[in-house]
Amino acid sequence: MLLDVTNGGMNFAQGVMLPGHRRVLCALVLLFVALPCGSAQAPAQAPPPLPNNPSSPVSRPVPAAGGAFSSSSPAQMPQTRTGLNIVVLDPAHGGTDTGARGTGGIRESEIVLGFAEKVRRALEMQGFQVVQTRLGNENPSFDDRSALANAQTGAVFVSLHVSSTGLPGTARVYVNSDLPLGREANGLIPWDRAQAPFLGLSRKLGDLVQGNLAQQFRGSPGDAQSSAIRQLRTTAAPAIAVEISSVSVDNRQDLDRMAPGVAEAIARGVAAFRPSYVVAAVPGAVR
Amino acid sequence: MTARWIRVVVGGLVGAVIIAALYFPILKRRVKQTAKLQPQSEEQARRELTQPLAANPSEPRVKAKLFWASNSDDAALTPVTVDLPLSADPVLRSKQVLNTLLAGPVDPELRTLPPDAVLLAFYLLQDGTAIADFSEALATSIPSGIVSEQLAVDSITHTLAENVPQIMRLKILIHGQEVETLAGHLDLTGAFTVNHRAAQAAIVPADAAQ
Repeated sequence: MLLDVTNGGMNFAQGVMLPGHRRVLCALVLLFVALPCGSAQAPAQAPPPLPNNPSSPVSRPVPAAGGAFSSSSPAQMPQTRTGLNIVVLDPAHGGTDTGARGTGGIRESEIVLGFAEKVRRALEMQGFQVVQTRLGNENPSFDDRSALANAQTGAVFVSLHVSSTGLPGTARVYVNSDLPLGREANGLIPWDRAQAPFLGLSRKLGDLVQGNLAQQFRGSPGDAQSSAIRQLRTTAAPAIAVEISSVSVDNRQDLDRMAPGVAEAIARGVAAFRPSYVVAAVPGAVR
Repeated sequence: MTARWIRVVVGGLVGAVIIAALYFPILKRRVKQTAKLQPQSEEQARRELTQPLAANPSEPRVKAKLFWASNSDDAALTPVTVDLPLSADPVLRSKQVLNTLLAGPVDPELRTLPPDAVLLAFYLLQDGTAIADFSEALATSIPSGIVSEQLAVDSITHTLAENVPQIMRLKILIHGQEVETLAGHLDLTGAFTVNHRAAQAAIVPADAAQ
């Protein structure tokens, strides 16, 4: 098993483990996993598969936060490089879940799909690869959407929403409120608290995007807000939710007119965040 | 048949009519009472059992602070001071302030909770964790969205924090069940910190309150 414990967490996608940590890994494996411990030259394994049964109470391993925040000694510090290449874009709701509904028949699930298209183009112009949790009127579960982001390395997660209330023509960015880290005895981070190691990075990303939105839309707050958002909690990446106000407008075009500004603000915010997101790069790592 | 028998039969019939006339109103009343005892839905039965507690006038009147939506910022709360006779018992006190919160402010636009939502049960564990069980209307009637759902939960936690100091955390159930989200966004699988400092920080000048 490919585990990088140099930053206090586990990274399944970083290639071979550093020799200095072999014994630690062996002990962990023998004590908790009960699998045979191979040699240091063992070939790298693929990242863990996506969860088939997200409702299972069994903790799932998720990658820990990037090595930029490692407390290891300089000798142990892995080389670092910027890791942000992918943006997982999440148009919320879909299918039978329409989300917020306005009296004029405006549906959140439809609006956010249109917004996602604009945001996608803006991000691709900035050189990012964009992955969407849905392209049509499907409704993946919260865990399926998180799993899509958790399977990437060097990704950020942006969930798009439209509110029922709030001052029309404004936009708010949310990051998940504090979560106990709660690393288990074997060092794994429980799926239910996958966002915990990323809260600091999420806050930074959220403030950058919110700052750009505030410039575009008067009346929007200057900083990101905290909220216990279910979708963000299980996402093992810097993750934000952007909520546009609101479905209460009389005319859908009022919302559609906001799309280019929202797309530009998100793309600028993510691009400004790029240098901050550094992940461990182990020599010989296999991606 | 003799005339005497005819009189007996007629007298008997007249007596039966008189008895029936006297008994009919009683019978009618009983039928009405039986109709009232028709089987009720589980929700109706629970609601009757969990009617808002009537304020006990003998309890001391306290200036309770309840948190509803601000009329100047639709994403913020404002405390409103209300004179209420509140019990010293933390569970009864919690029910009293939450039922008042559910009843809503004078201006219905500043509601944070749906008007048809009902507090079904309230428990307080020894470690300071409170469990509030609301009817399904809390989840189904609330406007979907991060802002509206956050305001709903904040109004509950801030109100409890301000008025029931024994409560440290709050777990919200919907109709006795743990649900994943309130209305698609806010996570209800965990317990919310009933943050006393946050309640204090949210207080704005009284003239801003309605």
